[in-house]
Amino acid sequence: MIRVLNLSSKMLLKLLFLIYFFGENIVYADARQMINIAYLTQEQKILPTLSNLDAFIKDPGIPGAELAIIDNNTTGQFTKQQFVLKKFIVPLDGNVVDSFNKLIAGQYAYVMVNLPAKLVNEIADLPAAKQMLLFDVGTIDDELRNAQCRSNVLHLLPDRAMRADALAQYMMKKRWTKWFLVIGATEEDRLYAEAIKRAAKRFGMKIVQEKTWEHTYDARRTEQSDVAVFTQVDDYDVLVVADQQGQFGEYLEYRTWNARPVIGTQGLIATAWHKTHEQWGAEQIQHRFKEQTGRWMEEPDYAAYLAIRAVGEAATRTQSNDISRLKAYILSPAFALQGYKGNPLSFRAWNGQLRQPILLAAPRSSVAVAPVEGFLHPKTELDTLGYDQPESSCLWNK
Amino acid sequence: MKKNILGLFLTLVLSGTIQAETVFVTLEKDNALAVVDPLAGKLIKSVGVGLRPRGLAISPDSKFLYVATSDENTIKIIDTESFKEVGRLPSGKDPETFALNPAGDRLYVSNEDDSLVTVIDIAHKKIVTQIKVGVEPEGITVSRDNLWAVSASETTNMVHWIDTKTNAIVENTLVDPRPRALSFTADSRQLWVTSEMAGTLMILDVKTKQLIKTINFEVQGVTHDKIQPVGVVIDKDGKRGYVALGPTNRVAVINAQTFAVEKYLLVGQRVWNLAFSPDQRRLYTTNGTSNDISIIDLDTQTVTKSVGVGTYPWGVAVKP
Repeated sequence: MIRVLNLSSKMLLKLLFLIYFFGENIVYADARQMINIAYLTQEQKILPTLSNLDAFIKDPGIPGAELAIIDNNTTGQFTKQQFVLKKFIVPLDGNVVDSFNKLIAGQYAYVMVNLPAKLVNEIADLPAAKQMLLFDVGTIDDELRNAQCRSNVLHLLPDRAMRADALAQYMMKKRWTKWFLVIGATEEDRLYAEAIKRAAKRFGMKIVQEKTWEHTYDARRTEQSDVAVFTQVDDYDVLVVADQQGQFGEYLEYRTWNARPVIGTQGLIATAWHKTHEQWGAEQIQHRFKEQTGRWMEEPDYAAYLAIRAVGEAATRTQSNDISRLKAYILSPAFALQGYKGNPLSFRAWNGQLRQPILLAAPRSSVAVAPVEGFLHPKTELDTLGYDQPESSCLWNK
Repeated sequence: MKKNILGLFLTLVLSGTIQAETVFVTLEKDNALAVVDPLAGKLIKSVGVGLRPRGLAISPDSKFLYVATSDENTIKIIDTESFKEVGRLPSGKDPETFALNPAGDRLYVSNEDDSLVTVIDIAHKKIVTQIKVGVEPEGITVSRDNLWAVSASETTNMVHWIDTKTNAIVENTLVDPRPRALSFTADSRQLWVTSEMAGTLMILDVKTKQLIKTINFEVQGVTHDKIQPVGVVIDKDGKRGYVALGPTNRVAVINAQTFAVEKYLLVGQRVWNLAFSPDQRRLYTTNGTSNDISIIDLDTQTVTKSVGVGTYPWGVAVKP
């Protein structure tokens, strides 16, 4: 009790609120339908980046999942359903597949996975995963939504193609059609550049020059002249940078030879979520999240939030916890998820990708939301972003 | 000159026969209240009311306006003649939407961040109680017979039925995703609820608290996910209901007997909230992004005028 007394009055109120809220659950626990959800991730290495302004986030995704569980249970107390989240964080040197087989297999039907692309599919291909629905809340790989897709995996974050298309639509609106593409050294950068090239072709942009960044990654030592010399190319409207890790992209802005804006992985970015976003009720979830965690909501948090809310929405609507019923509902036209971005969100039935608006944001300003007005589609304008059904090479339903 | 005198004369005659009325509109970004003469189709003036005014209601005797100034965490009481602030109500944090009971002595406020409905005793300017509801409560309304206050929570996707005598939730009805606004029919037998994400209007039976009918909207040239119903009102004869369809820039006209959608009326951009004229022969709409209100003549079912009012018009209330 002494400990409780030490808490601030606000915390105490919250605690009382929670006891009140979930107290009922404890009393009637056996009368409630249980929906157990696992969250699987691995500790992350700190990768070198150019800017040390942003604090390293140890647990991206987890607070988003926790907020969604609270929201699900608020509805659950009225529908007599209880959602329980169990987190499995594999140490840096641990084996994710072993952990999955030992701790999750046979015990969970709904599993959130925040893992690299290769591991997502390794898990998806395990025998125990066949009877599961996996929610990929971490990857943005196009391959995982195309040739390497799995019918037991749903993808929450927009892939690289969707992001590149979002940028291209806005560039088309601005008529900034001549692009100078600068690519970093990593495999992810190459994949991002591929998506940019695909988008350029789709929306009639011209890549006037393509260069690979081979200079240093140290902002203190790199001389001003590096970028100026590097960017003396044929005239272009925007510089599109592919630097997923943030090793040099931040360094390009204001140092180019000509006065040109930077877009791509730095400068104007295309993202599922951003701290500048406050339309369509986003302000409320930004506020709730920040109050809970003390930091801004990041993309994996948003993805995990949506994934668990999707399970909640399906369980509430079907009044069931049965995986086949929930999965059918999630992939049905009736499914509409509120994602604080204006349009209802739903999953593409051909590859399990969440269709959603994409935010175009500068570090301190929300610039536009794609699909940009004027890009039309017979079914939903959201499918103007990324691989549409006829273009998809995913063999889910084929 | 003669013409002008004639015009003036006609105006006087006309305004003498038609009841003069005033439309008030909160302007979220201007921190002001617009005062409009709807018959002349003119903005009379706009007066400062406080930071980020949104929800708006008028007292039954038309003497006072209640204005939620969200960024000041209060609901202000404004005199409808002098436009002076005459008092403040303890609304809880960040008030946006609220509802006045028919007697005009209780106010029910949605507190989105805290998942609460705050009940206020207006005469004593005191909080009566706070009721725990679902996540992000927004739309709220009180039935004409004063038996029910109903709150819609946007993230929980439910309407919560609050018994106004006990201030306790007695039932919850699951509705389509992101319920936004709700309104009782004049006979208090039906509750109409809009869902922004499913693009639907749901008619609930008050006795059973169950769904009677879901109405879908289809606007030519607009994809389904752009159809985002928000404000809803039903006329006192129970003949027609009207639903603001947000970014489709249209108001749907619904036959309240057959539930058929009769017409879509083109109004301003991102149409949001709706209010009848006292004689219910006109409907006023706030259009969020075109910064105007539209005036709909309900006898002919046509949009007759739009009046520029200021930046981000939100709530609307009418004084006879």
